[in-house]
Amino acid sequence: MNIAVSKVALTMPNGTTRAQVRIVIVGHVDHGKSTLVGRLLHETGSLPDGKLEMLKAVSARRGMPFEWSFLLDALQTERDQGITIDTTQIRFRTKSRDVVLIDAPGHAEFLRNMITGASQADGAVLIIDALEGVRDQTRRHGYLLHLLGVKQVAIVVNKMDRVDFSASRFKEISNEITSHLTGLGVTPTAVIPISARDGDGVAERTPNIKWYDGPTVVEALDALTPARPLDELALRLPVQAIYKFDDRRIVAGRIESGNLAPGDEIVIMPAGKIAKVKSIEGWPTTPVTTPQGAGRSIGITLDRELFLERGDIIGHVNAAPRDTRRLRARIFWLHDAPLKAGTSILVRLGTMESRATVVAIDKAVDPGELESVTASSIARNHVGEIDISLAKPVAADAYTENPRTGRLVIEVNGRIAGGGLVLSVDAGQRAIPVDIVPVESALRPDERSARYGHGGAVVWLTGLPGSGKSTIARALERRLFTRGGSPILLDGDTLRAGLNSDLGFSPQDRTENIRRLAETATHLARNGHIAIVAAVSPSTDDRAQARRIASELFREIYVSTPAEVCESRDPKGHYAKARAGNLPSFTGIARDYQPPANAELTLDTSNKSIADATEAVEDLLAGTGVLFGELNDLAANI
Amino acid sequence: MAPSIQPSMDHLDELEAQSIYILREGFARLKKLALLWSLGKDSNVMIWLARKAFFGKVPFPALHVDTGKKFHEMYAFRDHYAKEWGLDLRVDFCPPIEDIDPTLPPAARSAARKTEGLKRALAKYGFDGLIAGIRRDEEATRAKERVFSPRGLEGNWDVRDQPPEFWDHFNASPPQGAHLRIHPILHWTEADIWAYTQRENIPIIPLYLSKNGKRYRSLGDQDITHPVDSVASNIEEILIELNATKVPERAGRALDHETEDAFERLRVAGYL
Repeated sequence: MNIAVSKVALTMPNGTTRAQVRIVIVGHVDHGKSTLVGRLLHETGSLPDGKLEMLKAVSARRGMPFEWSFLLDALQTERDQGITIDTTQIRFRTKSRDVVLIDAPGHAEFLRNMITGASQADGAVLIIDALEGVRDQTRRHGYLLHLLGVKQVAIVVNKMDRVDFSASRFKEISNEITSHLTGLGVTPTAVIPISARDGDGVAERTPNIKWYDGPTVVEALDALTPARPLDELALRLPVQAIYKFDDRRIVAGRIESGNLAPGDEIVIMPAGKIAKVKSIEGWPTTPVTTPQGAGRSIGITLDRELFLERGDIIGHVNAAPRDTRRLRARIFWLHDAPLKAGTSILVRLGTMESRATVVAIDKAVDPGELESVTASSIARNHVGEIDISLAKPVAADAYTENPRTGRLVIEVNGRIAGGGLVLSVDAGQRAIPVDIVPVESALRPDERSARYGHGGAVVWLTGLPGSGKSTIARALERRLFTRGGSPILLDGDTLRAGLNSDLGFSPQDRTENIRRLAETATHLARNGHIAIVAAVSPSTDDRAQARRIASELFREIYVSTPAEVCESRDPKGHYAKARAGNLPSFTGIARDYQPPANAELTLDTSNKSIADATEAVEDLLAGTGVLFGELNDLAANI
Repeated sequence: MAPSIQPSMDHLDELEAQSIYILREGFARLKKLALLWSLGKDSNVMIWLARKAFFGKVPFPALHVDTGKKFHEMYAFRDHYAKEWGLDLRVDFCPPIEDIDPTLPPAARSAARKTEGLKRALAKYGFDGLIAGIRRDEEATRAKERVFSPRGLEGNWDVRDQPPEFWDHFNASPPQGAHLRIHPILHWTEADIWAYTQRENIPIIPLYLSKNGKRYRSLGDQDITHPVDSVASNIEEILIELNATKVPERAGRALDHETEDAFERLRVAGYL
């Protein structure tokens, strides 16, 4: 049998064209969130067949009166304790739209779950028990909605049956919460008296609340507007990754705001490099010729080969985000240990991550208390304003300029511990604190190169422990010195003994170790020396960062001696220790070494003598314009 | 210059863009990923999305943890499309039922073979991230999931201590030896899956379409999955049927109905 398909019917399933809004339901514990959700599903005919009967049976088995909240509090532990532990999402349909309801737990210890739910919402319903009135968690949730950028908030005053549907009690609560929210810059879209258990005010205005002439909950949800006009803001395309699966080099990311078309002139921040969009790539059809707007996950190719990486932000020339190492942010804190000034954190802003330090804290408050408390640290579930100093320049916007690129999260031990809004971005401030002024050398580069017979360079030797890096480095140092040059050896281990003695072997610390090596080497190279770095530097990303820092001065030499040979040499006894389990983060056994794909030179010391290897490096330096002493000698002989 | 007219995004475009974002985050932030392919409608959409995210190439293995009890149509589908889509297919078999906790009810015990098979595959390959095609609307405990969901050393899910996850910032640092589940289509519904399958012309296993008044809404093992009454013989008709039905999607899955918390117990232990 065939079913006649009408166009109208096809637009109906919620997979197609109906508007969708995401609503989070928040409020103090036991004020009736889950009950309201259960009632809403029932009133809009959204419950599956048999669900009501199942809930009745579950209640009966537990010897309890029928409880709507069992619908959502599906977890055994939740039913046992009678609370909602985590956020859940459930859908229903009103006349005009699909609503995704996000049920958020009210208990203070599950604030992180409330925030997880509310951060995805277009609008919110804040629920208040008519008997208990506004409580600390009501205020806290109101504040967090504001901080999360949820502007549309409908208030429901629940359990009106418990106060005999008193209009004056309703008015009292309505005034209190309205003035609280207005103080935060949030105007409630409606304040609705209801009894979720019995259905008054949910989908219908019952005789019990005949004194009330505003919308029902369903009508209030119908009145919320779904989308934010992100297309109208300036282009922001945070780079998620660079893919090279075939001959294309595709820059992938999601357009957070604005729009982008092939041929656009773009700037890559924070470095400020400029390029043109050659094409927008797609699959299964490519290229894509139509302009792409906010929300799209896209891939582009550029008209020139530039070094760019995850965390960069692409904007249009003249409307780019600012680059900075300093941010001021208003954050909420979810971690057990309070956040203090001086704490080392990891900041994530879009796809960028950077180590950072909390420079200062002020205005730490408990948003649940009526009185603000100022403190020098931000306790769990409190909010505050902080100054952050980042380990590297990043591109960012203030929240008021762009809500998508103006918000960040803070990670502690690999876990999100807080987050908030960027209040201000200090433009172009690469040095911290502000009163540092770099002093330039008194000598010009050509004065030094005339004496040394070479320009400055960073010779970066990477490879497994025992591959021969330090041996080649030392031989090279000796040869360059013999011919009158100014080579300087920067051995990874030597720097770890002093400058980098505060760093361990976590991936973040390794990254920082390489960054400092690269900065030091680059400083020497800019002053005409040949900095010879011998460092395992196992991570491709870290070496890419070093190349970025040293830029055109960088020469990468991959000492590719096979792992078995390296282990058989074991000059520092590290392999033996690692095999015995005493060196947990040793590269070569415990961790992966990522070999370079585009090294300027590859040397295998299992089949090449140190003299030959050193000569090969020297040839590279001569061939790429670093060494020019030979030419002088030749001229002298004519 | 004339102002360009933005092609506005419809609901399916939004779902697609969000899923691609999640897949790319997973690929960028974890070292050793695999995508769990159960051959059903959801994981087929997920592979399609991965091909979109990575411009035609799925840059990680597709792992099928095989009970050996799937329908032959499913095996035929797997072998055909693994080749056509250029997947790095890994098939790993589940341990026999005798190896599984005998206190579980029969269907749940049978399903728990998959949890165990999954654990063994994880240990064998050393994956630190598993991409799985679960959806919030399928089942109440799945509704509580994070997009990036950390698992304990035993593959277990600690629902009481899930990390905060907001504004598309995900926790992507699994503890040493543990792994993360990544859920790129958590926010999709069953109807979204079908509407997208239709729009993108994604191949499906014919068991989903009505034959003699019955079809499968959800495909699992032959012995614990049952067809539902349906006359929907193409995707348009499935969408119309879903719009009208109040029968839950997993009604044909026996293990959900044995005890009140059978499914929750499985999921906490690491089941999908």
